Amino acid sequence: MGFFQKLKDKISNQTDQVTDKFKDGMSKTRDSFTSKVNDLVARYRKVDEEFFEDLEEVLISADVGVETVMTLIEELEMEVKRRNIQEPEAVKEVISEKLVDIYYDDDDESIETLNLNEDGLSVILTVGVNGVGKTTTIGKLAHRLKQEGKSVLLAAGDTFRAGAIDQLDVWGERTGIDVIKHNEGSDPAAVIYDGIQAAKSRDVDVLICDTAGRLQNKVNLMNELAKVKKVISREIDGAPHETLLVLDATTGQNALSQAKTFKDATDVSGIVLTKLDGTARGGIVLAIRHELDIPVKFVGLGEQVEDLQPFDAHQFVYGLFGDLIKNDSHE
Amino acid sequence: MAFEGLADRLQGTIKKITGKGKVSEQDVKEMTREVRLALLEADVNFKVVKDLIKRIKERAIGQDVLEGLNPGQQVIKVVKEELTDLMGGEQSKIAVANKPPTVIMMVGLQGAGKTTTTGKLANNLRKNYNRNPMLVAADVYRPAAINQLETLGKQLDMPVFSQGTDANPVDIAKQAIEQAKEDHRDYVIIDTAGRLHVDEGLMDELQQIKDTVNPDEIFLVVDAMTGQDAVNVAESFDDQLDISGVVLTKLDGDTRGGAALSIKAVTGKPIKFAGMGEKLDQLEAFHPDRMASRILGMGDVLSLIEKAETQVDEKKAKEMEQKMRDMSFTFEDFLEQMSQVRNMGPLDEIMNMMPGANKMKGMKNMQLDEKQIDHVEAIIQSMTKEERVDPNIMNASRKKRIAKGSGTSVAQVNRLLKQFNEMKKMMKQMMGGKKGKKKGGLNLPFM
Repeated sequence: MGFFQKLKDKISNQTDQVTDKFKDGMSKTRDSFTSKVNDLVARYRKVDEEFFEDLEEVLISADVGVETVMTLIEELEMEVKRRNIQEPEAVKEVISEKLVDIYYDDDDESIETLNLNEDGLSVILTVGVNGVGKTTTIGKLAHRLKQEGKSVLLAAGDTFRAGAIDQLDVWGERTGIDVIKHNEGSDPAAVIYDGIQAAKSRDVDVLICDTAGRLQNKVNLMNELAKVKKVISREIDGAPHETLLVLDATTGQNALSQAKTFKDATDVSGIVLTKLDGTARGGIVLAIRHELDIPVKFVGLGEQVEDLQPFDAHQFVYGLFGDLIKNDSHE
Repeated sequence: MAFEGLADRLQGTIKKITGKGKVSEQDVKEMTREVRLALLEADVNFKVVKDLIKRIKERAIGQDVLEGLNPGQQVIKVVKEELTDLMGGEQSKIAVANKPPTVIMMVGLQGAGKTTTTGKLANNLRKNYNRNPMLVAADVYRPAAINQLETLGKQLDMPVFSQGTDANPVDIAKQAIEQAKEDHRDYVIIDTAGRLHVDEGLMDELQQIKDTVNPDEIFLVVDAMTGQDAVNVAESFDDQLDISGVVLTKLDGDTRGGAALSIKAVTGKPIKFAGMGEKLDQLEAFHPDRMASRILGMGDVLSLIEKAETQVDEKKAKEMEQKMRDMSFTFEDFLEQMSQVRNMGPLDEIMNMMPGANKMKGMKNMQLDEKQIDHVEAIIQSMTKEERVDPNIMNASRKKRIAKGSGTSVAQVNRLLKQFNEMKKMMKQMMGGKKGKKKGGLNLPFM
């Protein structure tokens, strides 16, 4: 069975709604990427060195990163030789296969869901640099969990940025979820401590904690974040159950440095990739998963409250190659 | 995955071709390959990289090697010049309208830092140009964006024009300008909502605001960490709005910032300011030459040499060397040397220019504290001439006086005296050229 067939089978098992949402959200991404690959394939009559050089550029333009691209191209060249592929058309399939491979490595190829404490309070901590969309993601995530029937509480731990508390408050109103907050400029650890106490006494299922955006090279701010995490772990065994690093899909290679440093400080357990509804392709998550073993759990595909979708590498690649797969099935 | 700088990458190649009189085609090919990778790793758009490499090759091949440089450095020099050319000169001027108010429109993607930059820009206009800006909250979409600007307005004690979230941004902008005229405000800065460059509806809205208020400046605010997509974003905003300049934000992070080069290359518009922190006074003029070095991640030997040449008088340097040798180096000399080093620029920047400095043990996370240097300077300046020349005469009451005069403590004075003595010893060892004890390294009093 060809890889595209496998991919299609995988995806047909998903509910159509989710797949369409993902597909629509990523249409800008896919258009630019697919047309590039198609262009490339059309321009070459045989698979030669130049072909690979051009392919290298296509991948780099998706922010996959120089190092990962080099590895990928090397493996592709070997694979093409091994299977004795002459036609550029046939390489398309190998490319997507290898992309999924890089992401999963030897792991089980399943969708990674949130680690939640099934009986009792779960705490989700969100971290990231400035302007990636932490607060918006929390709003969407809270909505999602509420839809699933869980009771949710929010803690406004970004006490630094002007208007951040109000912003979370608006999301609380929209989703009908309470927000625990202090004044601007107060100690974030104290807010989150209060959030935990409130969550315990109200017996809610999930507490989501917002934190202020911080650049990963600010040592003091990263220490502050580690302290916040310590407070959470001290209050509840095994918490935070999930530490989500929010990454902006438009970010380039620096995302790798962000993932690394935030992982060191707070032991990040998953990534939310935001702003994937633009033309940015967020290819850096392949490298992050490959090198740091942090899975992407959700993607942000718009500004509406429903625009947060679980991430599935198959879908991600399907999003990039969707039109190619269609062409393939006509044959 | 190591975040290698170009200097490190090139080291091997440079070694191979050192000692040659001319730069050969093969040399250039090898070097440009490394340059290409370094630029791509720095997030410079691949098309921009391609053009650049082509030009570098054309210029570098067959060049005579300049005196004092090896062929490797020669190629780096060409690379640096091409990059600096592409980046253009320093341009941090803000337009002034013939008839006030001058109108500035801030545009960009979500999360780029428009609102914060709006506040910083207003602060800059008041502080450096003595202007009276008014801020306009035209982001009616993001929850609490108006509150954010209002909070910044309060911090700056500046008026913020807003009509809530139900008003139309075009109307808000229009009425804000009427209000500014009435209140005799000479600058109006309009904070617009973040939007995707492919969102036709919202891009149309910006176009309408532009047509209505006829801004003197349209600043595209871009996150310095942006990857390959920076060209698409910049191109779209520029095509649709004809932006007048760019503000690059979050440059205080550790990103190489290749987006700067991409944006400049596709739009030709100047990058005017750089956001260097979260505080409202942390907006700086953008320095294209520094950015070129940063993107390359090369210990910028050349510009360090250039800077040193202009700052350090060679004769003085000889004298200094002699003094170090015979240990007659005094606090007076030390003060002078410190001011020379400081004239070269901020200390951490100088450290960045030294190749390998970020590889030295402990250097990487060292945060150079300019304040500490201020203290050292203050302490020395509070000493009498006598004390500066012969610190041995120092006693408790002298130390007390110095501490008082410099606003420091006796303990700090003691520490400086001790470090100065150690430094003198160390210098003697280094100048004497004796190998042997290499313990600890040079412990300068301000590190």
